[in-house]
Amino acid sequence: MRLIQKVGDWFDLRLQLGTPIRETAEHPVPRETASWFYVFGSAALTCFMLQLVTGILLALIYVPSAGEAWDSLQTLNHGVALGWFIRALHGWGSNFMVAMVLIHMVQVFLFGAYKFPRELTWIAGVFLLLLTLGMAFTGQVLRFDQDAYWGLGIGASIASRVPVIGPWTVNLMLGGPIIAGATLSRFFALHVFVVPGLLITFVGLHLLMVLKLGINEWPMPGRIVRRSTYMQEYHELTHTQGVPFVPNAVWKDIFFSGFILLAIAVCAVHFGPFGPGGQPDPTIIQTAPRPDFFFLWLYALLSFLPPAAETPILLTGPAVGILVLLALPFVAGEGEKSWKRRPIAVLTVLMIAVALGTLTQLAEHTPWSPIMDAWSREPIPPQYIHGRTALEREGALVFQAKQCHNCHSLNGQGGQRGPSLDAVALRLTEDQLIRQVIQGGGNMPAYGKNLSPAETTAVVAFLETLHPANQKPARNASQTVVLGEGEVPPR
Amino acid sequence: MSAENGISRRTALMKLGVFFNGVVGVFLAVPIVRYLLSPVTREKKFGYESWLSLGGLEQFPTGQTRLATYRNPLVNDWDGETGNIACWVRRVDDQTFQIFAVNCAHLGCPVRWFPQSNLFMCPCHGGAYYQDGSRASGPPERGLFQYRYQIENGQLLIKAGEMPTPGQPVANKAGGKPTCA
Repeated sequence: MRLIQKVGDWFDLRLQLGTPIRETAEHPVPRETASWFYVFGSAALTCFMLQLVTGILLALIYVPSAGEAWDSLQTLNHGVALGWFIRALHGWGSNFMVAMVLIHMVQVFLFGAYKFPRELTWIAGVFLLLLTLGMAFTGQVLRFDQDAYWGLGIGASIASRVPVIGPWTVNLMLGGPIIAGATLSRFFALHVFVVPGLLITFVGLHLLMVLKLGINEWPMPGRIVRRSTYMQEYHELTHTQGVPFVPNAVWKDIFFSGFILLAIAVCAVHFGPFGPGGQPDPTIIQTAPRPDFFFLWLYALLSFLPPAAETPILLTGPAVGILVLLALPFVAGEGEKSWKRRPIAVLTVLMIAVALGTLTQLAEHTPWSPIMDAWSREPIPPQYIHGRTALEREGALVFQAKQCHNCHSLNGQGGQRGPSLDAVALRLTEDQLIRQVIQGGGNMPAYGKNLSPAETTAVVAFLETLHPANQKPARNASQTVVLGEGEVPPR
Repeated sequence: MSAENGISRRTALMKLGVFFNGVVGVFLAVPIVRYLLSPVTREKKFGYESWLSLGGLEQFPTGQTRLATYRNPLVNDWDGETGNIACWVRRVDDQTFQIFAVNCAHLGCPVRWFPQSNLFMCPCHGGAYYQDGSRASGPPERGLFQYRYQIENGQLLIKAGEMPTPGQPVANKAGGKPTCA
């Protein structure tokens, strides 16, 4: 023991780090902050460190070349002992890191931690969120498969819409005229050098400010933040009833971080690595590109924005969102911290969570996309053909052959781009059906040039049969009166 | 010499040193920025696009739309299969073609051709186009991008080399009606 003490003293005389480390570890924090609500920031940092380690391990094998990246991912998955596990850890670590950063952000927002004097800590945090999302996107590109390739195409299409400099931005982003080797190389440089460097810098600043300004106290309803008195109040809070950070508060951070690491490892073992999907060969067009989980909401949003509003919203939306986040501590730098007295803050969080959750859920099912093979894969339900006339059955055939099934479902099978046609005869009369098929409209292509009159007659005859057995199909009552067909309603 | 002068002389030297570094910095910054902007500036002088062959006309029967592929004119050895680009070739009649980019005019996903219903459909956000490339439905604001083409010695040539995106002036020029070289 005396030897260890001696060695320690030898180093401390030269490094002189012992005292500052001890002071940092034992600095008093408000008693209530030794809470399970205060563990998400440190968990995000733990995820980041896992990403650094696993990222370096992957870089030992990975080849950032458009011609070879996909093969090197296959080698990692199948050719290197436990390469799949390191890839899985990195992929799941990424998801957990984004999740932790988001949860941490919601927690500090609801606890009013962004208020005076921690405005800059919040701003650094906003940049950390953006950098984390930047890592997630660039990382998805490095998994150089079909999704990555077409994801880059989507990025380029969005970038090209910037007025005036759009086309240059695309060339700059892709490193040339097309998505190719130069594109992957620059995303590799971003993912491995630029963004992590910035992340480390901002994490350092963020932590430094947490230490210098102290951790945000547990918000009490009615304890109002004022610039003139806050520093004094916080000092009293920490020095009269504070507890040392180590070990009183830190043990929960340590346990939660360990739990998160375990969760990542369990996910990695159970679910395995992400992809890679199909080869990044742009001549293989039988593909339906999808972004990774945390960008699914954006994927959904892009299919719902009206065409005319899309470009302005795409170009200004992110800037407005970031500006709102950056302006928050200046607009609401003082006042009530407790979420119990900030209903608008709580509602905002709930609204954003519900919106993102709904969009993500929708993007899992992509009801707006035609199901490309539904016409050849999904049969017409037997009850819709049973006992039908030859013309009606011919119509069912046209319905399949002309890919109507790709966008319209029957009995729950098929695309959801257009309305389900199970009871379409109740909604539209024969004339309306003919018009809709020939002229399209309401987001349906016009089939006038693609169907012969005989085919149109047949498919409409089929559609006319699609109604519940006990309900009559829609009819044009005025036609009945004018043409004297069928029974005339009594006057 | 007074102490005050001494300090001001050293301050002046320090400022001169900072200025000197600034000048050197600018000298370094110019080539660095030019290097970074090379995808926009240097290669653009020669243009990314050039005429290349999609093969003999006999590969494209009249009235049909077929997928053709070509090797991008500007590629590096390590680009691998990303240097292969696909396009849809529609032969309207003997001498009239329409060459569409596979990239959806909405956000660039690869559109698929359905000869049965004469539609191009996009798997991403549900854009659809008629056989002449005009918009049928969905989020795209315009029809499919078209390449310029010409027929030479029984070969179909197209002017290509850059991925078409909605903001590109070239893409907007060629869109809409068929163009003849």
